[in-house]
Amino acid sequence: MLSFVIRRLIGMVAVLFAVSILVFIIFILIPGGDPAERMAGKNPTPENIQNIREKWGFDKPFYVQYVRMMQKAGTGLLPGTHGEYDILRSFDTRQDVVAEIKKGIPATFSLCIGAGIIWLVFGILVGVISAVKAGRWSDRAITILALIGISMPVFWLGIVLRYFFAETRTWFPDGGYVPLSEDPAQWMYHLILPWFCLAVLFIGFYGRVLRSNMLDTMNEDYVRTARAKGLPPGRVLGRHVLRNSLIPIVSLFGLDFAAVLGGGAILTETVFDLKGVGWYAAQSVGGLDLPPIMGVTLYGAFFIVVFSAAVDFAYAYLDPRIRPT
Amino acid sequence: MAEPATELTLDSASLLAAEEHEIAIVGRSPWYLAWRRLRRNWVALFALLVFVLIVLACALAPVYAKHVAHTGPNEVHAGEKVIVSGKPKEVVGGGSFYDPKTNDFVVKPPEYLGPTWWHADGRFVLGTDNLGRDVAVRLLYGGRNSLMIGIGSALICTFVAVFLALLAGYNRGWTDWVVTRFFDLIWAFPVLLLAIALSSALAVNGFHHFGISIEPGSLWIPTLVISYVLIPYIGRPLRGQILSLREKEFVESAIGAGAGPLRVMFSDLLPNIASTVLVFFTLIIAANILTEAGLSFLGAGVRLPDPSWGNLIASGEDQIQTAPWLSLVPGIAIVLTVLSLNIFGDGLRDALDPRAKVRIEH
Repeated sequence: MLSFVIRRLIGMVAVLFAVSILVFIIFILIPGGDPAERMAGKNPTPENIQNIREKWGFDKPFYVQYVRMMQKAGTGLLPGTHGEYDILRSFDTRQDVVAEIKKGIPATFSLCIGAGIIWLVFGILVGVISAVKAGRWSDRAITILALIGISMPVFWLGIVLRYFFAETRTWFPDGGYVPLSEDPAQWMYHLILPWFCLAVLFIGFYGRVLRSNMLDTMNEDYVRTARAKGLPPGRVLGRHVLRNSLIPIVSLFGLDFAAVLGGGAILTETVFDLKGVGWYAAQSVGGLDLPPIMGVTLYGAFFIVVFSAAVDFAYAYLDPRIRPT
Repeated sequence: MAEPATELTLDSASLLAAEEHEIAIVGRSPWYLAWRRLRRNWVALFALLVFVLIVLACALAPVYAKHVAHTGPNEVHAGEKVIVSGKPKEVVGGGSFYDPKTNDFVVKPPEYLGPTWWHADGRFVLGTDNLGRDVAVRLLYGGRNSLMIGIGSALICTFVAVFLALLAGYNRGWTDWVVTRFFDLIWAFPVLLLAIALSSALAVNGFHHFGISIEPGSLWIPTLVISYVLIPYIGRPLRGQILSLREKEFVESAIGAGAGPLRVMFSDLLPNIASTVLVFFTLIIAANILTEAGLSFLGAGVRLPDPSWGNLIASGEDQIQTAPWLSLVPGIAIVLTVLSLNIFGDGLRDALDPRAKVRIEH
């Protein structure tokens, strides 16, 4: 177990390194040209450009720029000084990207944790109901609803929900975010629509996965044995079928949750004006302000890599069969 | 020693049966059997029909624009009047105008012409947007862009993923290691964020390396970006399948018979994964259309004024109070397209291999 943990951790660090290199290539090498010239505005003086170039370190070799960027990305989330270089700042507003991401974290986490609970509970419920009622009309109705759920663009669903439930009828607030520390009731009230909107896709998807897993498990010999020895149907379903069918759901949930935390909720956040991490990146797309997008991409990949390692550890701990030696 | 004469093999059984009934038993290919199963699944066939109709309608967008709507996708008609059911109506009403009675300018909220259905001889069937452009025409042209990107990127993505999976699964060893790391690297990003990152970096100056030159506004950018970010979603499961096929006897016998790597890859391994690839291809078109819509919604896909379903929804969002159809209609088009592809993909999977578990996570 220990050697597995160590090897997995080394792998994790290697992937993080590769990810950071790829992000650097995407944002510094692909655009090409001189970023200083792009930043200096319409009628720049040569001194002006040179000034920016020196202050931001664009005149330095790539590896120096890379090391500075990683230093800032790594230490920026910690309290204290954030390095003296102007790297990883917005081209437009000159705001510190890492500090802005930090500001967005509460909104993103509020959205994702709530939506995660909703989609897990309802996904399992939908899967169980349609597996138990397989072939009947309720199963068909649920299957069709689940298919529609995974076929809808999440941002369009958000716009429609806002239009019908917050604008033509004012049942819910029309977007925005209220911090939990400020007013817990308003926090929840503002988040109900976004939670639901983000959860719909996953409910449909998890319901379908769980349904087919449960139908497979129901044909296993041990389920027949459990029935034959006279266990009540509810107990067979809960103890024998559901428990085994939930294993893939757990690993799916770990990865999906990480992806959503790491900026995968960018569309939901944008539609509902939740000033989270994804929203921050989306604001910069129109003006091609690359550093915020770069920062959020790094942050998102970091979450996914760390979370998938954590999922592997949890797996190895829970299920000795798949524990590699 | 075995006694071959008394052993009733499958061949001798069918031979006997054929002699008895004097008809040869026709061998049925797996594709024929799959088609027989699919033929009975009318829901899946209906879904395919819907998808084909949507593709046809979007392909005929220029014909519709020229002969029915008499306008182009970017033609502005604000300030003009259209005859709806015999009465002239302003395409974009409201705004500020001079009122001689009070000797002052009056500002009225803008009023956009809503869907006329067929009451205006095919003009503005689905209404107008804030600049007086025909929504139906823009919807069809937008669908053309969305479908071109969706299908094009699905083709590229599937092609590259199959190639990499064959390479990794056949060669194993360090080739497999490199390909797997490549998949892991893309897998480590949230799909949409990586796509946004790539397409906004490419939108600055385009791409001019390795003899390839792509302009910043080109449709190739979203197409290539989307196919790139979704490669591991097909490549990973296919690689696993090929790795296990590689251990089978028929591959060994092919190599023993002197078949080269290319022959083994393309005439022994590829036919065995063809049905999986076909299902993946159908489902990945749906996933790509959704990804493109998300990208264009955020402004990182197809760039205005060129329409796509995603950016049509985005530009309609500001006028949702006065002209809700602007956002609702393209969204319905996306849902119909993606839903029909998902239903057909499910039916195809059930027909090709009822026990297979092929699905795309996104």
